[in-house]
Amino acid sequence: MSRKPEKLIDKKGLRLDGRKPDELRPIKIEVGVLPNTDGSAYIQQGKNKILAGVYGPRELHPKHLALPDRTVLRCRYRMAPFSVQERKSPAPSRRDIELSKVIREALEPSVFLEYYPRTGIDIHIEVLQADGGTRCASITAASLALADAGIPMQDLVTACAAGKVDNTIVLDLMDTEDKEGGADVPVALMPNLNAITLLQMDGILSLEEFEKAANLALEGCRKIYPMQKEALKAKYVSVKEVEE
Amino acid sequence: MSSVIVGLKRKQIAQLIAKGKRLDGRGLTDYREIKVEQGIIERAEGSARVLLGKTEVLAGTKIEVGKPFPDTPNEGVLTVNAELVPLASPNFEPGPPNENSIELARVVDRGIRESKTIDFKKLCIKPGKKVFVVFVDVYVLNHDGNLIDASALAALAALLNTKMSNYEIEEDEVKIKPGYTPLTLTKHPIAVTFAKINDKLVVDPWLEEEQTMDTRLTITVDDEGNICAMQKGGTGYFTPKQVLEAAKIAGEKAGEIRKKLNW
Repeated sequence: MSRKPEKLIDKKGLRLDGRKPDELRPIKIEVGVLPNTDGSAYIQQGKNKILAGVYGPRELHPKHLALPDRTVLRCRYRMAPFSVQERKSPAPSRRDIELSKVIREALEPSVFLEYYPRTGIDIHIEVLQADGGTRCASITAASLALADAGIPMQDLVTACAAGKVDNTIVLDLMDTEDKEGGADVPVALMPNLNAITLLQMDGILSLEEFEKAANLALEGCRKIYPMQKEALKAKYVSVKEVEE
Repeated sequence: MSSVIVGLKRKQIAQLIAKGKRLDGRGLTDYREIKVEQGIIERAEGSARVLLGKTEVLAGTKIEVGKPFPDTPNEGVLTVNAELVPLASPNFEPGPPNENSIELARVVDRGIRESKTIDFKKLCIKPGKKVFVVFVDVYVLNHDGNLIDASALAALAALLNTKMSNYEIEEDEVKIKPGYTPLTLTKHPIAVTFAKINDKLVVDPWLEEEQTMDTRLTITVDDEGNICAMQKGGTGYFTPKQVLEAAKIAGEKAGEIRKKLNW
């Protein structure tokens, strides 16, 4: 187990990993990484390593779950047993089930569900390594996987968290900050519509602090959005050299 | 069963809300009548029944000796569980907890835990080995909407009502002594749930409003007006302005409820 650090923000105002309060961790996104899926994406955000894959629209099993007027979106968020410090049991925890639900509800407003009646779309999210803020990184990746699968959407969904550590409002909390800090506010946004599709909070924040944290998280989403679009385009513009 | 009728009522509910009115005559930010009755299950360490309009929730607490979590060796443990009992609604089915009951339990848990109302360090018996585990079990008895607020109230009322047996430690074993000590709570976190219908926010949605709503937001507020938990649910979205408006209203509503219940 890692020990609790004395201070989460040093005298210069820098965080444990040397970031400024409003700085994101380095993000690397790749689209179309899994050949068997209809759409997929991989994201690295700090030490987070997350794969998202989409199957569908396809026939829904069990069939009685199908809806006559729209597709059924299903989402499964899981953490690999080796993704955290102490081995996580592969059985779904209550947290996994809650996160699967909130991630699905964060993505659902973006999808034109009515285009594919009587079908199902399955989103699978596998957290290979967790470093705080996995639900947000998962949403960012899963939205790209949906786009990669060619599913019509209103906008991409981008997610980012902000929170409070050592009485400072900071962006994109990493594991230690999340655990030892004062509060965590994960937010998902459809940037073009200015629509918040995920909002959770734990910790203690005054109304003013919450407003500041929420605005910082939204700003973070708007910074990730262009990276998301770039990653999606990159899949199609990359030219592969063929040996003659 | 009632979903056909609700389908017909949906438009009416949405149209009325656009005019600032509700089908049951309440204002947009009015709660239904709240009744709290404590100590109704004698076998439980603490218990409470909450009526929020026709929504009825029973919560009971049990305290047992158990092991602490490895990352908090000198703190007691809080476990919140929620049961959507099949008799509470024609749509509740028997079986293991589904995502709705898990979400309900976790939102209630978050409000109590994050408000730091319980001093978990006081529940430690032997660091790393033995601590008290506080179980809060929420039983939904009648579902008429807004289970989160009713369950959070019931859980808090049951905890306020909780008495721990006196004990002493003899050779690392906990020995129960006669008499009781109440569990001390320093804060009263109150959950306030909003439904977004027709782009307007309403407080404390009842069942038919929940079946009409686009989306839902729960904000839990402590005695100082600080926000200690939040959860958006449902498949719609909020604008940033609506979220801040809700946060402000939640603070006022939580204060009103606390005053009414003398907490």
